[in-house]
Amino acid sequence: MRPADRALIVLAVAAVGFALSFADAARLRQAHAPELAATRVLVERLGLTDLALFTEARYTRHPTQADLQSAFQDHPVALEHFPTGSLLPPPAGILNAYENLDRKTASPD
Amino acid sequence: MLELTHIRKAFNQGKHNEYWALDGIDLAIPEKQVTALKGPSGSGKTTLLTILGCLARPTEGRVRLKGDDISGLPERFLTEIRRRTFGFIFQQFNLIRGISAIENIILPAYPTGQPRKELLEQAEALLAGVDLGHRRDAKVEWLSGGEQQRVAICRALINDPEILIADEPTANLDTRLSKEFLAILERLADAGRTIILTSHDPLVVESAVVNSVVTLRDGKIVERK
Amino acid sequence: MKTWIEKQRHLIDFTLASLARRKGKNLGLLFIYTLLVFVLASVALYTHALRSEAVHVLAGSPEIVLQRLVAGRHDLIPPGYIEQIGRIRGVQKKEGRLWGYYYDSVVKANYTFMAPRDMVIARGEIVVGPALERSRGLAAGNGISFRSYTGELHTFIVADVLPQSSELVSADLVLMHEEDFRAFFKYPAGHYTDVAMSVANPQEVRNVTLKLMSALPDSRPILRDEVLRTYASIFDWREGIMLALLSAAILAFGIFAWEKAAGLSAEERREIGILKAIGWETGDVIKMKFWEGLLISLTAFLFGYVSAYLHVFYAEASLFAPVLKGWAVLYPSFALTPHIDGLQIATLFFFTVFPYTAAVLVPIWRAATTDPDTVMRG
Repeated sequence: MRPADRALIVLAVAAVGFALSFADAARLRQAHAPELAATRVLVERLGLTDLALFTEARYTRHPTQADLQSAFQDHPVALEHFPTGSLLPPPAGILNAYENLDRKTASPD
Repeated sequence: MLELTHIRKAFNQGKHNEYWALDGIDLAIPEKQVTALKGPSGSGKTTLLTILGCLARPTEGRVRLKGDDISGLPERFLTEIRRRTFGFIFQQFNLIRGISAIENIILPAYPTGQPRKELLEQAEALLAGVDLGHRRDAKVEWLSGGEQQRVAICRALINDPEILIADEPTANLDTRLSKEFLAILERLADAGRTIILTSHDPLVVESAVVNSVVTLRDGKIVERK
Repeated sequence: MKTWIEKQRHLIDFTLASLARRKGKNLGLLFIYTLLVFVLASVALYTHALRSEAVHVLAGSPEIVLQRLVAGRHDLIPPGYIEQIGRIRGVQKKEGRLWGYYYDSVVKANYTFMAPRDMVIARGEIVVGPALERSRGLAAGNGISFRSYTGELHTFIVADVLPQSSELVSADLVLMHEEDFRAFFKYPAGHYTDVAMSVANPQEVRNVTLKLMSALPDSRPILRDEVLRTYASIFDWREGIMLALLSAAILAFGIFAWEKAAGLSAEERREIGILKAIGWETGDVIKMKFWEGLLISLTAFLFGYVSAYLHVFYAEASLFAPVLKGWAVLYPSFALTPHIDGLQIATLFFFTVFPYTAAVLVPIWRAATTDPDTVMRG
């Protein structure tokens, strides 16, 4: 096969992939629609206002809700310098040294 | 076939280093003959060849191809005439490095949109004609000087031109290879092609293949034989 | 038409043969180019999908949330406060909400405790979010103890787990009966965290809010519009950080590609002269170079985009998710619904394919208009 045809076939395959991605997106949207609708109902029933993405810091758990702002969180090493706190987890290496400051549950659950 | 009347060609026109390379050339190139242009370097041979081959346009004068005046045509048409009517063999061969001999040969036919299969068949036939069939897929920089010239000849012939133009074809060849070139030239002339070449190599200019010799000096024709 | 196609194929053949001469360099360029499109498209697809999902899901959140401020800081809603609002026309429903945070030192994660009004949960039972199910190994019927902030231990039975598909909004929720909530946090009777309201006519939300503010000067209303806008900007902001970090790389690639595409070597200039002398028109030379630019940039765009699509929607964007989503001990795991912004993709296409093709063409344009007779002169 001549080089031009090979290149054009590669390009055509990629273009088909490109088109398929849109078809697949439509398919996934349809497939997810009932779940999304159910989630939306849950949001309505519970009156939720925020995504549960940044659960670690109080003020980032509900970014839309003004709250008692606090730079020091319960998590012993999660010292907040916004926005680093929501980008990077606390260093694992110093976790043990601070463990005793943690609120411990005295008895096992 | 080709007719030049009162051709003048200036370089750097209007500037302080203005220079007339051709100064009043009247020349008729007969059909199906071999015409040699000779003369010392700087005499205007190559400039005349570029005008004959439609690579450049004269500053003054007319060029007629088969009776049609082509001196006023725009570049587009000139390119098409050049592609259909002329085949070029350059002194430096001017092959494209990095691609194979056969690819080089079919390059001039690309703009015509001929099917690749046909082109390859033609090119293979041409290569076989100059005993280079075995070097078909070799990159041109791997070929010897003589082989490169034969590839250049094949390239000049791919569009089946009526007129073949060669600039100093033997300048980079030794005597044996020059003789081989003349043999090829003879076959092409016998096949009825019009050939125009420049040379100051006596081996070429005085050979029996050449029908007429035009001598140039300082942009003027001084002798016709 | 047929000869036109055949001619284009010839030109592509030639341009590929030219590219093959510097195979390593050109493949490297193609690879980096594809990688760049992949990163940019991943960021664009991911943030847009997350933004759309947030906006779509949160469209069901309360139209107005009313908080009370004391000395400019958030405070509880005292008894009688909701009644003070009185009858404002257009307010369909107003109810106090009870929610708060609880830090669980066992998994070192924060939970959101909540006493929902519209959900029947028996005393002593809880309904938990899917992330708790995972991190604490809970299932319906299990018991779990939490030590409250006063030190007492409270034990609950898990009645139900919220569906996994709602994890984006419910991962860390612990839902319980109002009495349990008040007992656990020693929440003063009659107090609420904030007030959620719904308004019949969406056009009226702003007017209702103005009335609320004049009736209750110490209140701070939060509108659903603001919630949605906050989320749009959070992801814009994260996308922006990512792009800012990438801008140096983009610039570096730009210089590299410009150098590669626009720098015309003496060798290439000579080749253009040869092609013109043997019968190529200026247009043919430009078309040939156009194919070179298009082949490289289009291949990079298409492959970069398709792999970004697979990465974001089938591999959970594993490479960039931490930066774009943030981190948390209780990380919600969710499959994003692809919302593709056509304009965004068109912009990406324009800014990746167009400049490269142009960079290839500009110098050729200049070189291709030179006279073909230059090849005759060594």
